[in-house]
Amino acid sequence: MRRTVGVAVVSTAALLVTGCGGGGPQSSGDGKLSGDRIVLGVLNDQSGVYLELSGKNSVKAVELAIADFKKKYGDDAVTTDITVETADHQNKPDIANTKAAEMYDRKAVDLILDVPTSSAAEKVADVAKEKKKLYFNIGAATTTLTGAKCNRYTFHYAYDTYMLANGTGRNTTEQGAKNWYVLYPNYQFGQDMERSFSAAITGAGGKVVAKDAAPFPNTSGDYSTYLLKAPTLNPKPDVLGTMQAGAELVNVVKQYNEFKLREKGVGLAVGLMFLTDIHSLTPDALAGTTYTDAWYWNFDQRNREFADRFKEATGTRPTFAHAANYSAATQYLEAVQAAGTDDADTIVDALEGKTVDDVFLRNGKIRAEDHRVVHDAYLAQVKPAAEVTEEWDYVKILKTIPAAEAFRAPSPDCRM
Amino acid sequence: MTGFLQNTFNGLVSGAFYALLALGLAVIFGMLRVVNFAHGAFYMLGAFGAYVLLAEAGVPFWAALVIMPVGLGLLGMALERAFIHRLTRLDPLYNFLLTFGLTLILQDLVKLRYGVQSSPYATPAELSGSVDLGLFDFPTYRVFILVFAVAVCVAAWWLLGHTRVGMVVRAATERPELTRAFGIDVGRWITPVFGFGIALAALAGVLAAPMRAVNPLMGADLIIVVFAVVVIGGLGSIFGSVAAGFGIGLIQAWGEAYLSDWPILSQTIVFIVMAVVLLWRPAGLFGREEAPA
Repeated sequence: MRRTVGVAVVSTAALLVTGCGGGGPQSSGDGKLSGDRIVLGVLNDQSGVYLELSGKNSVKAVELAIADFKKKYGDDAVTTDITVETADHQNKPDIANTKAAEMYDRKAVDLILDVPTSSAAEKVADVAKEKKKLYFNIGAATTTLTGAKCNRYTFHYAYDTYMLANGTGRNTTEQGAKNWYVLYPNYQFGQDMERSFSAAITGAGGKVVAKDAAPFPNTSGDYSTYLLKAPTLNPKPDVLGTMQAGAELVNVVKQYNEFKLREKGVGLAVGLMFLTDIHSLTPDALAGTTYTDAWYWNFDQRNREFADRFKEATGTRPTFAHAANYSAATQYLEAVQAAGTDDADTIVDALEGKTVDDVFLRNGKIRAEDHRVVHDAYLAQVKPAAEVTEEWDYVKILKTIPAAEAFRAPSPDCRM
Repeated sequence: MTGFLQNTFNGLVSGAFYALLALGLAVIFGMLRVVNFAHGAFYMLGAFGAYVLLAEAGVPFWAALVIMPVGLGLLGMALERAFIHRLTRLDPLYNFLLTFGLTLILQDLVKLRYGVQSSPYATPAELSGSVDLGLFDFPTYRVFILVFAVAVCVAAWWLLGHTRVGMVVRAATERPELTRAFGIDVGRWITPVFGFGIALAALAGVLAAPMRAVNPLMGADLIIVVFAVVVIGGLGSIFGSVAAGFGIGLIQAWGEAYLSDWPILSQTIVFIVMAVVLLWRPAGLFGREEAPA
């Protein structure tokens, strides 16, 4: 009895972790694609770890874009019948695959947006290619979308692992933090990030003193082994580069503070961080931490105006993913307006090579070679609590990384 | 040597959480023959409750350390009376499903109100420094957790060994049918024991809030390992669950420190240990094989 219960316990427990997350909202479409109608699909995480940084507020951002488009063109708009379909992919590639196909085929979606989680994003790229329908990825970081998985119908919008590594790794090293200790979660994203960071650090004349792969998911929630090791390395690292994300990042940062590593001379650089992460950790816990941001809401007046409207609609300030969803939806609608058709091939031709400047894309260009959308990025630093005078205004921008430097050159892996 | 001791201490701190959670699971399983899948959710509620108390009512850590275990213990008793109790005579599968469903509901309720992003919870000021342990400094909060958890385990041990309730719990855990045959009314202790188990989970949750990410899924992530701990210790064995809890904490910490070239190993080491233990002793290290009914 005990033995069977034991086996049942562990197998059901495994289910508990892998099987969580309810189904996403679904709405019905009449399934007829017509030139008189535009349907935008937002496929993302609406119940899991990326709920706040993209999730439902990405849908709101796309709705804002539609409202702005309608207001701008009024009766001259190519159509006023523009709707949004959304689905929850639960960060699972198989679900993303099914939902994407369903969106294109049954919901008459013209363009799929967002799709965080690299493995899910790659699947959707395959579906877009097969169905010859447009896909603007915003939420996923993998460079494969503009590498091995690139295709005529997929565009990669906001950021990628190269941009993060090059921004934080290279710039932080150039600013004097020569020796690094890199800690990364042991799965695809973390391994990609470690490789990109190591390359960027070495390229800028720095040195990776040590690197460690932490278990993923780290069920004990404990990072003390790695954190304690940091100040004892020889040479002592100037900075700990952590590639963890979400709750794991929170654990690393909490324990980084607990062991007082900053006082021991080891700074903190974060591979990937969203505004919502800073909000949940509090700027106090992160003060002095550097990271690369694709966009910041309080960077200038133009961003702030958008952020104010976003806050009115959602009650919170936008992350870069929200702003990028707004921008991507806007650029698509503008392209359809200009071309007078929603035919995917016509739109792809119109977008390729186009230079863009909008609230998200500064010095933006939609590269024809690999469909990487390049734009200015920013090296950001979390302010000390004393300098935070407004909720959500947590960082100062140390440096604008020009579009040409921020992203990698087109990869030879990409064959359109 | 210093490094080894530091890792050992940290392993014991992780182990303290496993031990507290496993102890609760073990007494619940012992008395009710119910594998409480909702245990992780109550751990999460303990941490989340502490956050809500602090953020929305200004209630400090120390008060939360009492309020959450008592409050959730009472909630646990109510749930036991209302639902679990009705299913104990049926196939154990019904209670698997019930507590599993309960977990999803509790997680989603928290998600609905607070989202999935982690909520901030600072270490109480009086515990935020570090203690000089001779060879190295160790964060005060970690020392506190260790001392506190060991004290709770020892107290539970004493209660079980020296009180009438404890006697009933031990007897019912080891030989439920025989205990009933002696005319001992096991039934009246079931609800309070369930509440006690839940209170331990809630306590672990409050303790975790200052050093772990407080979010709706924190229990789901941890509970897998805790189930493995309970199975290693011997399902229903109270001593076994505590010993295995600290043991697994140590093994994980040493694994991360000395097997860092094989990260996949430090990730799976718990399950490797579990497999080996089950092959060697199918009822777990301190479990006893039950005679077929």
